[in-house]
Amino acid sequence: MTHWIIMPVVLPAILAPFIVLAARYHIGIQRVFSVAGVSALIAITAGLAWQTSDGTVLLYRLGDWAAPFGIVVVGDRLSTMMILLTAVLALFVLLFSIGSGWDERGRHFHALFQFQLMGIMGAFLTGDLFNLFVFFEVLLIASYGLMIHSGGNVRLRAGVQYVLFNLLGSTLFLFALGSIYAETGTLNMADLAQRVTLIDPEATVGIRVAAVLLLLVFAIKAAVVPLHFWLPSSYAEAPAPVAALFAIMTKVGAYAIIRVYTMIFPPDLEVTAGLQGLWLLPAALISLAIGMVGVLAARQLNRLVAFAVIGSMGMVMVSISLFTPEGIAAALYYIIHSTFAAAALFLIVDLARAGRGDLQLTAAPPVSGAAMTAGLFFVGAIAMTGLPPLSGFLGKLLILDAAFTSPLMVWTWAVILSASLVSVVGFARAGSTVFWKAESIPHSEDAELEARPSTLSYVAVGGLIALLIAHTVFAGPVQAYMNALSAQLFAPEPYISTVLDSPGKLSIPKEDH
Amino acid sequence: MELLVASAIGIMTAAGLYLVMRLRTFPVILGMSLLTYAVNVFLFASGRLTVGASPILIKGAEAYTDPLPQALVLTAIVISFGMTAVIVMIALGAYLGAGDDNVDDQIPPGDPEPEPVAEDAT
Repeated sequence: MTHWIIMPVVLPAILAPFIVLAARYHIGIQRVFSVAGVSALIAITAGLAWQTSDGTVLLYRLGDWAAPFGIVVVGDRLSTMMILLTAVLALFVLLFSIGSGWDERGRHFHALFQFQLMGIMGAFLTGDLFNLFVFFEVLLIASYGLMIHSGGNVRLRAGVQYVLFNLLGSTLFLFALGSIYAETGTLNMADLAQRVTLIDPEATVGIRVAAVLLLLVFAIKAAVVPLHFWLPSSYAEAPAPVAALFAIMTKVGAYAIIRVYTMIFPPDLEVTAGLQGLWLLPAALISLAIGMVGVLAARQLNRLVAFAVIGSMGMVMVSISLFTPEGIAAALYYIIHSTFAAAALFLIVDLARAGRGDLQLTAAPPVSGAAMTAGLFFVGAIAMTGLPPLSGFLGKLLILDAAFTSPLMVWTWAVILSASLVSVVGFARAGSTVFWKAESIPHSEDAELEARPSTLSYVAVGGLIALLIAHTVFAGPVQAYMNALSAQLFAPEPYISTVLDSPGKLSIPKEDH
Repeated sequence: MELLVASAIGIMTAAGLYLVMRLRTFPVILGMSLLTYAVNVFLFASGRLTVGASPILIKGAEAYTDPLPQALVLTAIVISFGMTAVIVMIALGAYLGAGDDNVDDQIPPGDPEPEPVAEDAT
């Protein structure tokens, strides 16, 4: 039993209190430990991803109690890919927060950042539904603190809405867990996957209600329309590096849907048949449409990016809700792309704010660093709207291809293609107003210029863009890996047997039966 | 007893939902608390209702109740209690800063279009 798999949870959990207790007055020391911690996380998660890349399922029993009674942490291809994605994103976000000085504008940024990472990593790794709830709470608690980091009335107001919405979501999660436990008597995912198949097809009311409640909870996290209302205000008002880190939080919801609805309630399961396909695909298509219309309607750059996040989550959910191996593989390719693209755009918007002073979509005199920021915005917008040559285009092609055999194929294609067009128009309008028209505004040559954003900020954004380019260049190998990954998801027997058949402390050996 | 517990959960959920949809933060937070009480009782009931049975092994005990929901409820109580404290603090901060405690974004009177929100970067 390898102990490394618990490290992505334990390392930030130790680092965060250390930063609070030992380094609370020294921003320099906090930065060093935070960056070192995240770099170590990248190394650990890359190692885990490499270990599971051949299809191995890693299992860790906490306290050596065997599942389903003990709590287990499980790493398969999907989990390890998601934690690696989180760690890589975290490094660039952290570099940006240091470069732009966001981490100095309030207290305990780095400690909260580490707690946030702990929650996200735990949510991706846990093999137990109640633990998923607990890690959701850990990441939410940290995100409440990060969301209102550095204060301000507008941000606090948005923070109240964000916290209230997520508290409602948590309550709903508990209701779902209660009904699942009442129906099956277990909350271990692998054990659940076996027990729901034993439920009498005549008595499915309870488990169907539970499955739908759980889907609602994850849809709130993934900001699927009509459960997306928390997202625009909170992402737009959150500090830029925090909003960039939140780009992975909607993916936690997408991950949970993929995990639960391929393993526990797979599409061919009789007792819950027809639930996901009936509701999820139309909702996802509407999310995609509303997100991209929001891009067109936004009057501030940060709201525009927030709506682009809703739209891209809609795209991911369209692909997931096909519930075919090709659909999930395409969704995962798009998840990586949209995480980096959304994070890069939030950071670029902050660069624009640093130069202009506000984010209204109005022309303003040109400012320092505008050419560089405009160029980055251009690349980010190409990626987000899915124009060639960047990975958004490839991801969209894969999703269109996967949707080809779906019964709603015409609707899916029509919505995806027209939403893309609308988002192109929205981004083009915003970019030309903010960056291009600046020269036509009368301004005095010797006007005092705001300070240029620091080099480190540009390095962080450039790094994310470089990752997007790499994601495009190596699309072939990545896509092959995603196909292997989703094949593993649709054949969960090795996962289930690894979790349930590994003996732990006080287990009776098999041959004594 | 089933009727009593079920109606208690139902009434608390209904009252909580009604309060959550109010405009001001104070009733909304009260509603959240009611909802968390309701879900705690619901979790408790998910292990089946038994009276006077022990959740842990005791010599001579004939009936046991499911101990797991009790552990789950304990976790849920801690988390929801802490979260309520957090939301009270954030709501207080928003109230003291902005001068009103409306939950949603307010449109200033006499202004048909929402005022563009001034950015506060510091």
